[in-house]
Amino acid sequence: MAVLKTLLYLIVYPGIIFLFVYSTFCEWFDRKVYARLQNRMGPTHTGRWGILQPVADFIKLMSKEDIVPDKADKTLFILLPVFGLAIVATAGLLLPLWHYSATEAGFNSFPGDIIVVLYLLSLPTLIFFLAGWSSTNVFSTIGGTRVLTMLFGYEVPLFLSVLTPAILAGSWRLAEIARFYQQTPALLLPNILGFFIALICIQAKLERTPFDIPHAETEIVGGTFTEYSGKKLAFFRLMTDIELVVSSGLIAAVFLGGFPGGVLLGLVNFVIKTLIVIFFLSLIRALTSRIRVDQVVSFAWKYLAPLAVLQLLIVILIKGLLL
Amino acid sequence: MKFNIPIGPQHPALKEPISLRMTVEGEIIRDADIRLGYNHRGLEKLAEERTWIQNIYLTERICGICSHSHTTCYVQGVEKLMEIEPPQRGLYIRTLVAELERVHSHLLWLGVAGHEAGFDSFFMYTWRDREVVMDILEMISGNRVHYAMNTLGGVRRDIDEGQRKHILDSLETLRARSEFYLKIGANEPTFVARLAGVGYLSKEKAMDLCAVGPTARASNVARDVRRDDPYAAYDETPFDVCTAETCDVLGRTVVRIKELFESYKIIEFLLKNLPAGAISVKAPTKAKPNEVLSRYEAPRGENTHYIKSNGTNKPERLKIRAPTLANYPATVEMLKNGFIADIPLIFAAIDPCICCAERTVETLDARSGEEKTLRFSELRKLADERYKKLSPKRNAVWPF
Repeated sequence: MAVLKTLLYLIVYPGIIFLFVYSTFCEWFDRKVYARLQNRMGPTHTGRWGILQPVADFIKLMSKEDIVPDKADKTLFILLPVFGLAIVATAGLLLPLWHYSATEAGFNSFPGDIIVVLYLLSLPTLIFFLAGWSSTNVFSTIGGTRVLTMLFGYEVPLFLSVLTPAILAGSWRLAEIARFYQQTPALLLPNILGFFIALICIQAKLERTPFDIPHAETEIVGGTFTEYSGKKLAFFRLMTDIELVVSSGLIAAVFLGGFPGGVLLGLVNFVIKTLIVIFFLSLIRALTSRIRVDQVVSFAWKYLAPLAVLQLLIVILIKGLLL
Repeated sequence: MKFNIPIGPQHPALKEPISLRMTVEGEIIRDADIRLGYNHRGLEKLAEERTWIQNIYLTERICGICSHSHTTCYVQGVEKLMEIEPPQRGLYIRTLVAELERVHSHLLWLGVAGHEAGFDSFFMYTWRDREVVMDILEMISGNRVHYAMNTLGGVRRDIDEGQRKHILDSLETLRARSEFYLKIGANEPTFVARLAGVGYLSKEKAMDLCAVGPTARASNVARDVRRDDPYAAYDETPFDVCTAETCDVLGRTVVRIKELFESYKIIEFLLKNLPAGAISVKAPTKAKPNEVLSRYEAPRGENTHYIKSNGTNKPERLKIRAPTLANYPATVEMLKNGFIADIPLIFAAIDPCICCAERTVETLDARSGEEKTLRFSELRKLADERYKKLSPKRNAVWPF
């Protein structure tokens, strides 16, 4: 029975099938919001309101010709998309939905899982860099170095801002952090600054405007993905979508009080809260213009990092004086 | 580590084929080289075999955005050769279409600049509002791209009272929207961060390298053919030459948006003071042997046509110098020591129209790397030689 339950977790919910369906839905939502903000229609054709468009795109890409460049490091080039998908899907498993027990630690909820999620969300960046580097294309190489350069900017503020609510809750376990804020929702308010810092950092991590520098099409063509096509590109796109879901889920779990209420109500909570986060991300995407890679690093260290430290200070003061 | 990155002839930032070869060190451009000749169509040669009237429609097809610019420039030259004077109403309508074209070209450029900077929302909004001008142009001329308004000795279509009112009403919408764009273009922090200080071109350099149009005006060189050498109805129209002192892409954006407001002012003046009378006079079929240089301020800068006649109904020679070509030397200067990320912005900031500027073909021997500039006659000789050598082949095989 336990094995069956674990398989259910891994494959159906919140495993790969749920992640696939929900991440394609989130891509549709993001595209639709982005399009409406730009006075466009967005996807309309496939399915009701174009809701199946991301799935159609995925299937179409899967059936396209798959080319591996002669000079590329073939093993790395082929394995990276699969690795990347596996990594973000694993991170998705650690989100505190319904499949954990509150008292004892399991494989998907244990003290320190917040660090593991952050770590697993850092790996895609490395995957993108390696993907760009192993393609041996000039544009991919530039894209790859830009990925790493940006990492030095946003990673520290992201870690600081995501870990401060954990410090206030006094736990390194996502489920316990979420439960702490469900019991005392008023304490979510002091974290509001950290929430916005985390939003901006997640936007940078997901490489969306204004941080879509590694694959800025007007500058370096496809950037990291220039040489990728067919199934591998489809995997990378799915990976980005799942990363969007997981990182918005992480923000929702840490800053918005998690997903209480068992299977069904928990799912409703999850959907609503992640969509709120994704709406904010789409808003940033529509309202800004792409900045330069040096501007990202200086912006992150001039504004984001000091603000994250300020947030940490606020939390420490509250914890010391009030709790 | 220095390495070369090729931008073009095929690249998402370029809508037309041109090759920019960049020598970069990290993210910084150390040297730039522009290669032309991917879009040569032999228009000048073709013009020598067409009559004066036919050539209007040929020059119109040089460019899809400044189509009216090229015909007006050509028609003005030919009118001088034929010694005819178009009636005042014709000139006013010609100027009106020219200004509407400037509005649509500048709005298009704003969108392109937004897209190149990764600001797609700006792109979508400006192109939506560009439709207002496109609709006006379609209403006046019946066409959205090639208006075919000009003819020798005037224009082909008149403007009635209803059209006049519709244009004046639409201007209000455009004015309000342009104010919004000025606010966004000069204030949105991420957009300004990308534009300010990028592609610096000092006033001296702009003069030395003969930059034209908004590129020169953004470097504070108040050069505008409409004021310096008035043609059509510009000597009677009040307007200001817009300049900026920042000498960068932000300046070029601001100059273009300000020019939009000047264009609205000119359009309003022209419509309110439209003289009565005929719109064209009859033109002779032949022109006396003579030569003329016609200048015109296209949306992208000064456009010149040199026309030589030999007494027949066809030109002896037509030489076209489009504004984009005049701006290439300045572009190379602007690109040096910039970031890779700024290449599309700097290049787009001259509003390049590659098909306008292509007048010669440069061939590159793939094996030896030797470069040669070829004339049309030489190309024809090469082609003849090649086809003489080829033995007749029958490649087609019936599949069944």
